[in-house]
Amino acid sequence: MVTTTPTAPQLSPSRIEDLGKELDELRAEITAARGHEDARYIRTVIATQRGLEIGGRLALAVSILPPAWLAGTAMLTTAKILENMELGHNILHGQWDWLGDPAIHSTTWEWDAIGPVDAWKHSHNLLHHTWTNVLGRDRDFGYTVSRLSPDQRWYPFHLLQPVYNALGIPFFDFGVAVYDMEPDGVITGRKSPRDFLRDAAALTRKATRQLAKDYVFFPLLAGPSALPCLLGNLTANTARNIWTHTVIFCGHFPDGVRTFTEEEVADETRGQWYLRQIQGSANIEGSPLFHVLSGNLSHQIEHHVFPDLPSNRYAQIAPRVRDLCERHGIPYVTGPLTRQYASMWARILRHALPNRA
Amino acid sequence: MPPRTAALGGRLPERLVRHLITPLLRAAAPLTSPLTPDDYLGLLDPLLDARHPAGRVTALRAETDDATTLLIRPGRGWAGHRAGQYLPVGAQLDGSWHWRTYSLTSPPERRDGLLTITVKAVPGGRVSPYLAHRVRPGTVLRLGPAQGEFTLPPAPRPRMLMITAGSGLTPVMGLLRTLLDRGDACGHPDVVLLHSAPDAAASIFRTELRLARERLAWLRYHEHHTRATGRRLAPGDFERLCPDWRERETWACGPASLLDAIEEHWGRAGLTDRLHVERFRLTPLAPAAATAVGGPVRFTRSGVETTTDGSEPLLEAGERAGVAMPYGCRRGICFGCLAPLTYGRIRDLRTGDIHDEPGRLLQTCVTAAVGPTALDL
Ligand SMILES: Cc1cc2nc3c(=O)[nH]c(=O)nc-3n(C[C@H](O)[C@H](O)[C@H](O)COP(=O)(O)OP(=O)(O)OC[C@H]3O[C@@H](n4cnc5c(N)ncnc54)[C@H](O)[C@@H]3O)c2cc1C
Repeated sequence: MVTTTPTAPQLSPSRIEDLGKELDELRAEITAARGHEDARYIRTVIATQRGLEIGGRLALAVSILPPAWLAGTAMLTTAKILENMELGHNILHGQWDWLGDPAIHSTTWEWDAIGPVDAWKHSHNLLHHTWTNVLGRDRDFGYTVSRLSPDQRWYPFHLLQPVYNALGIPFFDFGVAVYDMEPDGVITGRKSPRDFLRDAAALTRKATRQLAKDYVFFPLLAGPSALPCLLGNLTANTARNIWTHTVIFCGHFPDGVRTFTEEEVADETRGQWYLRQIQGSANIEGSPLFHVLSGNLSHQIEHHVFPDLPSNRYAQIAPRVRDLCERHGIPYVTGPLTRQYASMWARILRHALPNRA
Repeated sequence: MPPRTAALGGRLPERLVRHLITPLLRAAAPLTSPLTPDDYLGLLDPLLDARHPAGRVTALRAETDDATTLLIRPGRGWAGHRAGQYLPVGAQLDGSWHWRTYSLTSPPERRDGLLTITVKAVPGGRVSPYLAHRVRPGTVLRLGPAQGEFTLPPAPRPRMLMITAGSGLTPVMGLLRTLLDRGDACGHPDVVLLHSAPDAAASIFRTELRLARERLAWLRYHEHHTRATGRRLAPGDFERLCPDWRERETWACGPASLLDAIEEHWGRAGLTDRLHVERFRLTPLAPAAATAVGGPVRFTRSGVETTTDGSEPLLEAGERAGVAMPYGCRRGICFGCLAPLTYGRIRDLRTGDIHDEPGRLLQTCVTAAVGPTALDL
């Protein structure tokens, strides 16, 4: 067999509980240290994001001039990436609820994505973060359409998964929106058709607003620059989709990331839960700017261990989590973007074919 | 001079705001979806953000050694208030916002458009010592909507009695100043104010009230000093100082002991419906010890009450009692179970931290009640 399915490190139960205790202490330390520096960080990112968005929109309003098109598209792309990753994803996780600020709160935030926030919070915060990499429970593992582990059943349509994965990348946010509605749940009977229709109506409303903004209102306002403005918006949305897809797929699918069975996690303790989160995630190495643009999901391991700690703290705790893993002999999957990306694609290609006997 | 409005911090004429700026912002909303134009305006000045109403402290006035009046210019989102109401005030301390309620001491139609609150520093308190001693002009505070029924009835009452103690004078001051502002044409009610404080120096608003007493025939003002008399204001005092108390509609605000005594006294006279009471503390707080037992938990919207021990998550307590609780991962991860605290104290089961701010959103799956608690569910 060519696949690499890492095996669980043999840790004694007491060792796993020690690990859990150490991580609980780390969490308490960071929670106690949160303060005005962190608050200033997130407010700066918000101001930067909104400033970039305004700059990008203004430049695209006169984008009949090529330099304005370039500058506008670059600013809008960056704004949209920050909005989805460092802001939306992390605020919706409740990472900033401790600010007590109704303007930056998981219950009030909406993001610039096609799909409504509630559906995403359910499928992401609840299903994915609770059941990380548990085959049959974590729908995010392959997003119900891809096969990424030899332990998943092979169907002939998986032969096409390299193709549909590649073609889907530019439309990633559409894919996520449809996926969050759990159409597969309607087929298996887990979700009632009525709930599905209700979610579909909510998605249609939100999608109409978001699409009208980028592809009707702003181009119309741009007058003679309408077409370049529309193309600039399309480019920004597409580039954002390619980027988010890259970061997200590199978080759980590179080689070395483990999967789990439902039996394994049946009576999971807190320590075992931590261990699974570490083994089910992969980090991406890069510069501070890269980390911000990835929404600090480049610290996927730290994010999965502490999903509700503020993202600006992940870089600080990463060396300590890594050191802890080394001491306990737990693999810590990390690598530069190119390597993780290639490894993720190799996995998609490899599992398109059935297991060799 | 054209009328000015609180709408843009008093800087723009109301008509310009109403006929031009507000419609323009509404028209721009589809361009900022899913945010609103306010979210962008707020970056220029928090007071421009009507979605998250804020105000700026413009001046401070020391009332006593430990009480300070804050003059606040409200921003675009401020929707006004009625005399006697309170508002939630958010103050930023070490990065995070902390919310407390304060009574408005300003009349609704103050000419300069400013709001005032008077804050007494509670020793060991988190927010009040900051507001009373450390806040500086220029500071931005968040303002929640004005609320409360401790207000003047629509039909004027010919005779009124007001009984207050300590900082409990604040909402009554809002009522009095509103009456003071009313022109003589509409005829003033006859008002008796009995106020209790440790001594003259600790009595807030005393200069203003003493001057008003001398100037106005319709106001009687009596200061009761607990230090000199060695005792607190009691029902016997109301009888003595205001023999016609039965004929007066009464407003009372102060410590629980005083209010309990008043409620009992008025209850015995069968006059409860002529009594208005404002309490600064909703329930007595249980001790904060980590070993503390739980307590009765009320779910205010469902009208259900149950008892819990100090370790049972509120989520489970609610489900046991048959309340439709929002829930998610049940591990404190997904924030699917958030619910606002109405009153009481809760303990975070992971960290042991105690919280008691009304309105705070709780992760019910990892918090337990410490003493009597209510959730807005
Ligand atoms: C409707 C309403 C109107 C109010 N209006 C005013 C007002 O006009 N002026 C004003 O100064 N306060 C007012 N308060 C009280 C105010 O909301 C705060 O409770 C108070 O300022 C203490 O806040 P803190 O953060 O300093 O104390 P916390 O940090 O919340 O508490 C610290 C300690 O002080 C105790 N404590 C809390 N509140 C009080 C209190 N009110 N009296 C005595 N001990 C207390 C707590 O039990 C705790 O042990 C009002 C409260 C309500 C409910």
